[in-house]
Amino acid sequence: MTRLLLVFLFLFPAISHALDIEIVGGAAQQIPIAVVPFNQPPGVSPESVSTIVANDLRRSGFFRLLETRGVATQPHELSEVKYPEWSALQAQALTIGKVEPSSGGHVKVTFRLLDVLKQSQLAGMEFDVAPTQLRKTAHKIADIIYEKLTGEPGVFSTRITYVNKTGKHYSLVVADADGGSPQTVLSSTEPIISPAWSPDGTKLAYVSFEKKKPVIFVQSLTSGQRYVLANFKGNNSAPAWSPDGKRLAIVLTHGGNSRLSLINADGTGMQPLSSGSAIDTEPDWSPDGKWIYFTSDRGGSPQIYKISPLGGDAQRVTFEGSYNVSPHVSPDGKWLTYIRRDSGKFQVAVRELASGQSQVISDSTQDESPSFAPNSRMIIYATSVGNRGILSVTSADGRVKQRLSEMGDVREPSWGPAAN
Amino acid sequence: MNKQLIGSVLLAALLVACSSKQVKEEPKAAVEEKSPAVTAKAPEAAQPQTSTAQTSAANDQNVSLNPLKDPNNILSKRSIYFDFDKDEVKAEFRPLVEAHAKYLVAHPDAKVALQGNADDRGSREYNLALGQRRSVAVKKAMNVLGVNDKQIETVSYGEEKPRCSDKTEACWAENRRVDVIYSGEE
Repeated sequence: MTRLLLVFLFLFPAISHALDIEIVGGAAQQIPIAVVPFNQPPGVSPESVSTIVANDLRRSGFFRLLETRGVATQPHELSEVKYPEWSALQAQALTIGKVEPSSGGHVKVTFRLLDVLKQSQLAGMEFDVAPTQLRKTAHKIADIIYEKLTGEPGVFSTRITYVNKTGKHYSLVVADADGGSPQTVLSSTEPIISPAWSPDGTKLAYVSFEKKKPVIFVQSLTSGQRYVLANFKGNNSAPAWSPDGKRLAIVLTHGGNSRLSLINADGTGMQPLSSGSAIDTEPDWSPDGKWIYFTSDRGGSPQIYKISPLGGDAQRVTFEGSYNVSPHVSPDGKWLTYIRRDSGKFQVAVRELASGQSQVISDSTQDESPSFAPNSRMIIYATSVGNRGILSVTSADGRVKQRLSEMGDVREPSWGPAAN
Repeated sequence: MNKQLIGSVLLAALLVACSSKQVKEEPKAAVEEKSPAVTAKAPEAAQPQTSTAQTSAANDQNVSLNPLKDPNNILSKRSIYFDFDKDEVKAEFRPLVEAHAKYLVAHPDAKVALQGNADDRGSREYNLALGQRRSVAVKKAMNVLGVNDKQIETVSYGEEKPRCSDKTEACWAENRRVDVIYSGEE
């Protein structure tokens, strides 16, 4: 059995209330898995490790979580597993585990992932962590299960950022991918929009209106220190990091219309990229750094184009419909997600870049700001229920959706890079 | 003629409807003034200062003679409205733009901020750009009428500062606008 000692550093200990989780939709062809509630003594943590694991797996869209309560034996040790009981439930995989006190106030979390058909162990691990790290440990376990069963890395240990408006106050928040452990990294009485993760996940660039106009800041998530990236005459907005983290594409107006520019990550070396009288905005780099996708109305209506960061002519990418905005390329470079307006509805669309095939994957009507998870399999976006903004997470094929909701008015989500 | 009249009555009704909303939003202005972390201004000091300025202004000139504040003067009208995803200054707002242009030409020391806004549908960044283009459209119209570039500042709030927050056509229409704000008014 692999033995892991995980040490985590928590920099923002203040925790506000977590997002509630609400799952909508469901799909066939998912891996049937049983997660037996871990043997977790009360008082160790208010949160159940196995519940977090099960919710993570369900949210991905790749798993069907089986009801385990009716099964006669509830195993926590390998020796307690009676495989026929789980075959009868048609489970392909089974997860068991326990949480128990360890030395120095720590807790020990043990889990095993079992192949029910082969009656063999696929993974087994033990974590010795502080009780405050249990949530992280649960996400780590879900990542291991996801990777063993799908062959691809999980994203449950990654983070998201979003803006929460409560009354007249705006908070820039960083949270776990499931909305848990939200940490406020900036509070303001003026709007905050367009947070963007640096590729290494240590910094956020964002637009703040605190100087009574849009100005771009870059803030370290480790030190909390920040600096002005761009405060030129007019609007400064829509920051997007290059894949190497050395430059950003931004949008400046210089008093005129919105155009793309490039700027070094330290705020030096600004150079214009696009020109003309049309609106050019919302840049997003392809992962190979060769293209910058962006929104432009140069053709008469807002559509998605791409331009080389070296300059030259832009190429139009979307043609269907009269309003396609907010492009974000998947980290594997194969897909583009964006917002399409059709019959008065603003919905999340996904386009396969190689074939140009696209489809709408949301069923709501006021969607904004879609972005891919680091494994390109899930998309987070903002939508609204009544007059309130909420976040939604969907599998990239649109089959499984989950709402992350919080008190207030939540918007501008962005999914962070892979956990290191 | 009649159509125009009905139009302006409707607009007036709309403004009244939304001004009742503004009452609720009144504290917003005060909170924005403070923005403590940001401007590092002491909020207690900032507010009395504002009222002092108003008092001296009132002493300096007869308020009723200020054409910018006179409700019977077109110069007191400050909002130019736009169609969805459009930045064209519509004919009905020409007289308003012309009146302000004329005032600015006659008062070369006066300065305005043209604040562009958009309704909240669609992309926030695109709406920021759209609000900017609306403010530039009004600026260009004023430039043509002889207003010096130095007297005009364009700024966009996109969909971030809605005057009306309901999801209705009337509200969206109210939010698609450029406000003419004279220096010292905000």
